[in-house]
Amino acid sequence: MPLPRLIPCLDVAGGRVVKGVRFEALRDVGDPIELGAAYSAAGADELVFLDIKATLDARSTLLALVSGVAERVAIPFTVGGGVRSAADGYALLRAGADRVSVNSAALERPGLIGELASQLGSQAVVVAIDATRGRVRARAGTAPTRRDAVAWAREAEARGAGEILLTSIDADGTRDGYDIDLTRAVADAVSIPVIASGGAGTARHVADVLDVAQAALLASIVHENPGRLTSLRAELRQIGVPLRDAA
Amino acid sequence: MCDYGAGNVRSVTASLVRLGAETSTTSDPDTIVEADLAILPGVGSARSAMARLRERGLDEALRQRVERGKATLGICLGLQLALEESEEDGGVAGLGILPGRALRLRAGRVPRIGWALVEPGGEAFYFAHSYAAETPAASARSEGVVVAAEAGSFLGVQFHPERSGAAGGRFLARCLSRA
Repeated sequence: MPLPRLIPCLDVAGGRVVKGVRFEALRDVGDPIELGAAYSAAGADELVFLDIKATLDARSTLLALVSGVAERVAIPFTVGGGVRSAADGYALLRAGADRVSVNSAALERPGLIGELASQLGSQAVVVAIDATRGRVRARAGTAPTRRDAVAWAREAEARGAGEILLTSIDADGTRDGYDIDLTRAVADAVSIPVIASGGAGTARHVADVLDVAQAALLASIVHENPGRLTSLRAELRQIGVPLRDAA
Repeated sequence: MCDYGAGNVRSVTASLVRLGAETSTTSDPDTIVEADLAILPGVGSARSAMARLRERGLDEALRQRVERGKATLGICLGLQLALEESEEDGGVAGLGILPGRALRLRAGRVPRIGWALVEPGGEAFYFAHSYAAETPAASARSEGVVVAAEAGSFLGVQFHPERSGAAGGRFLARCLSRA
């Protein structure tokens, strides 16, 4: 297996990195290209950019942002938000993204996963799943569905997904640790890699989830201070997590 | 840079520009034959990629380059396309620049995504692939998987140097200095 990965996640809206509580009171925290470069320099293995507004007229802003990041940053990055067709996904890859992530659009129309996989290749297709108590939610966690998270992950794999980005809504933002049970259940059910998301507070939390998942998404733990990523990597290596030497 | 619709052209170009190279992204076979270094990037499926290379006459241009001994680099799918055959999409004939076939990965989680150590060298590079070369021309491996193969002036790598941080930059700089 490849080495475990640490993946900072940046929420973007209108071409800027923003931060907010449940998408309200969004605060501008910086330029995506500068922040992406800072995380890359601090040792990120990969980056995720999520366009949390993803309105139709914002597509060109997003594409410009993606090409700016691709020119500046020499690590892989995934872009999500507003991908509704294979053409949307292709445009992001042509702009310089390595992979695209789909969530609500795939829940509404699961055939989208297969269309993306056949045009972009499975390795470029990430299916993001937001779950609470084992059930999937759509629309950034606001809309309950009847889908079971494990069953949906399996279906996504069968349809051609190359990776699952699994967020526990229950753990998200708590800094009390990842939802290990949910992550293990999904990782055991599929044979594609799984990125765990939600709940990172300490190096131990990250180490624990990397026992069951192939990558850990980092949000609030590094947002106040990208330099925290460097110390987190050092702590993790010290407790035996085989992260790459990012020098 | 061979442009046949593959997705990762921009990030490869950006890496070369950072190293001071003058690049052009083109689907013109003559430009590809004449360049100091030609790069065949690639993500996506083998069948549609081969069809698009043929449509543009880039398959012949790449073979001609290698016959003339001009430096040529295949990245990811670009390595797999250079082989005689890929088992992807029910079997696809490749460029035949390298001996061997691309086979679906059978061990571990597939796609194989992430940074992994490459031997010789012991440095980590970034991978995202579901198929890998089986070839007598292998020149580097990672976790038992062939990740580089060479024949004459052609070098194919399974990893993404353009996405492999400082190690990837050093690799591309070596490619440029040899061209």
